[in-house]
Amino acid sequence: MAAEVAGSDFDWESPPAQGWVAPQVAAEFPGLGIAWVEVDGRPRRSPEGVRRRLRALSDRFYGSHAIHMRERPIPWAYRVFFRQIGLDPDRTRTPVEQLALDRLHDGAFISKGLPADALTIATAETGVAVRAFDAARTEGELCVRESAPGESLPGRAAGLAQGTLTIADERVPLALLFGGSENAAPVEKGTRRIAIVAVQVNGVPQASVDEALWIAEATFGAA
Amino acid sequence: MPDLLDRDTLGTVQLGGDERLARVELRRQIGRLERDLGRLQVEAFPRLGLDTGVAAPFREPRIAGLAELERVRDALAERIAEARSALNHKAQVETRNRELLQRMLAAPADYKWVRISRDDLGEPGCGHWHSRPRLGPLGMLMGWWRVKVSSGCPLPMRLAAVER
Repeated sequence: MAAEVAGSDFDWESPPAQGWVAPQVAAEFPGLGIAWVEVDGRPRRSPEGVRRRLRALSDRFYGSHAIHMRERPIPWAYRVFFRQIGLDPDRTRTPVEQLALDRLHDGAFISKGLPADALTIATAETGVAVRAFDAARTEGELCVRESAPGESLPGRAAGLAQGTLTIADERVPLALLFGGSENAAPVEKGTRRIAIVAVQVNGVPQASVDEALWIAEATFGAA
Repeated sequence: MPDLLDRDTLGTVQLGGDERLARVELRRQIGRLERDLGRLQVEAFPRLGLDTGVAAPFREPRIAGLAELERVRDALAERIAEARSALNHKAQVETRNRELLQRMLAAPADYKWVRISRDDLGEPGCGHWHSRPRLGPLGMLMGWWRVKVSSGCPLPMRLAAVER
């Protein structure tokens, strides 16, 4: 069983689990980590409390905020990591910057139901990259590793190029680490248990990762 | 002027023969350059739009090798140099415009119909200063010129991002 996150002061419904990073990847990127919490529930329309919170968040995100964001430690850490893994963060946006751009484009954070709104709130509040998987379709511990020959993701005509960085379970890659929308365990109508996953990079404090997971869990669970 | 690229540092590491250490050093440099570029972009906003895009070596995430990291580092350094040059040029233009405005306020008739906006001075808002004749054609004939100050649009605060 994966070790629990140490030093957390949050009132967890179910404490987060710490995944592992493949040794070669960990050697190249110290500080890279992955953690997740699992929550019971299914995707649904967000209640008024969550939508109200989104509206309040919308009022705090505006043009100059989006520009100044890249000076803040956590958004900067993700931008640097994107550059280090060969992505251009001005084309393939970091999760928090993509949220800010969506807010500018749409005029507000548009409610997309749960768990999407829980992820939006967690990322907007902390800057930490979080995403969701159908926990019933993942097996064992989650990890960050390079793809092996022959591995692929749903919806691809060709397989993954060997060495592509992925979030994986004990069997297969579930998604690209960053920069793609393919998901081998997407949250869908029939999902009954959701894994909320946070990817930590060098420069992102553990407390922020804990906070992001707790916010997402609490937002989803309070509905 | 400090060398943005820390080439000597990288050269020393490579002479030591450990490629992994070279990648660590390049990543550190990339982090520093990204921070510098971010600061320049904040400094430029909203007076100037800077292109901070650096062509990605990959379409999908992977461990970048020495060559790719060097290309990213060099491209970031180039972007920083371009940004600093653009900001310096913008600052010089704004200074010249401020001096022009002072001269225009002192002698409006010498700058007939000249219009200077707040944006020309690097100031927020959409007002402007315009040298115009008093009383229309009569003022033009009599040489009565003054600077008319416009406060700009009725809404004092607009999202600069919307304008883009």
